[in-house]
Amino acid sequence: MIILTVDGRSIQAPAGSSVLSACLFADIFIPHLCWLESDTVADAPAACRLCFVEIDGFSEPVTACTVTVENGMMVHTDTEAVRSLQKTALKLLLSVHKVDCKNCPADKACSLQDIAKFLGIGLGCKPFERVLKELDVDSRHPAFDYYPNRCVLCGLCVRICRDRHEQPMLSFAGRGFNTVVGYFAETSDTDPDCLSCRGCLDVCPTGALVEKSQV
Amino acid sequence: MNPLSSEDLANIEVLKKQIKDAPKGRGQLIPLLQMAQNILGYLPDKALSLVADYLSINRSDVYGVASFYNQFRFNPPGKNPVKVCMGTACHVRGGEIILENFERKLEIKEGDTTEDREFSIERVACVGCCALAPVALVGETLHGHMAPSKVEGLVLRVQLEREKAEREAGNS
Ligand code: SF4
Ligand code: SF4
Ligand code: FES
Ligand code: FES
Repeated sequence: MIILTVDGRSIQAPAGSSVLSACLFADIFIPHLCWLESDTVADAPAACRLCFVEIDGFSEPVTACTVTVENGMMVHTDTEAVRSLQKTALKLLLSVHKVDCKNCPADKACSLQDIAKFLGIGLGCKPFERVLKELDVDSRHPAFDYYPNRCVLCGLCVRICRDRHEQPMLSFAGRGFNTVVGYFAETSDTDPDCLSCRGCLDVCPTGALVEKSQV
Repeated sequence: MNPLSSEDLANIEVLKKQIKDAPKGRGQLIPLLQMAQNILGYLPDKALSLVADYLSINRSDVYGVASFYNQFRFNPPGKNPVKVCMGTACHVRGGEIILENFERKLEIKEGDTTEDREFSIERVACVGCCALAPVALVGETLHGHMAPSKVEGLVLRVQLEREKAEREAGNS
């Protein structure tokens, strides 16, 4: 076991774990969207740029999901620099997000709402301009409808699908601002696998994937 | 999604034959996608799967890569591709409205192809005739000073010509 200090508190974590998982297991919340519990420091895509912390000896804030715990490490999760980076990262995500919680199935169970609340800010994106994608919903997938303007491109659905299935159906598609979660299956009839797996639906932190209502 | 035509099916057989002699390896992905598009004119799901399976790459990865590049298209080109200019001059003179008119008239969105594959719509950058803005191309023919009423006329003309050709083919 490794012993480190986080916000003045001494915590333990198994050797090799990331600072992020060590903190989360010790009930110290660090905002994060793109991390899966099984991620090692090497696997973490570090894409959402939310899990910043400051660590003594590092000149700048670092993403907690990509740093391995060490004995005697001094971690600070609540500094001004950290919070400012997190607020900016969240606002950038919200700047391409159609915030309409009342009509969203994720309302009250949404990571974006939770993180905004935790940071003490609303769901606005000032000073950034809000830019939405033209396509509101993509209904091609047999099991769910995909709402690009609610997707934060955390990649969790793509990764889960990849981990569980030899022939995954999800990938990122397009590029730049037009990047979406793409779906590919050669046949259009419902793949029974999807409905029994539900991996993507369960892991999505927002309301971007909505199960098709059973007819 | 447009269903495969009999021509597509024949082309897929051609692709199957040609792909057999192609070298393998991840680096062949783009060349093989280009080969498939050269044969078919676009990349239907069936073609993506063929390439993916041949190279033993996940199908959804192949789709992800293909969708990254502008050169690949996923729906069949129309016999009369409509290209609406969105260059600066045309934009200023209402290119967006012309595009919308075509979309409404043909009941498809930009990037799509009509069910009968007669028309497809895409937006293009400056075609070099800014003095005629707003400009649209139907097939190879350039139409300047576009207006909503002209959109109606152009689509109608193509349809009439097709009906005429069909009648003549029937008579002979
Ligand atoms: S995904 Fe979350 S923030 Fe976005 S509309 Fe739904 S509930 Fe609101
Ligand atoms: S659909 Fe959900 S899980 Fe998938 S990338 Fe978007 S937000 Fe993440
Ligand atoms: S959780 Fe670390 S960058 Fe997303
Ligand atoms: S901008 Fe349309 S032709 Fe130049």
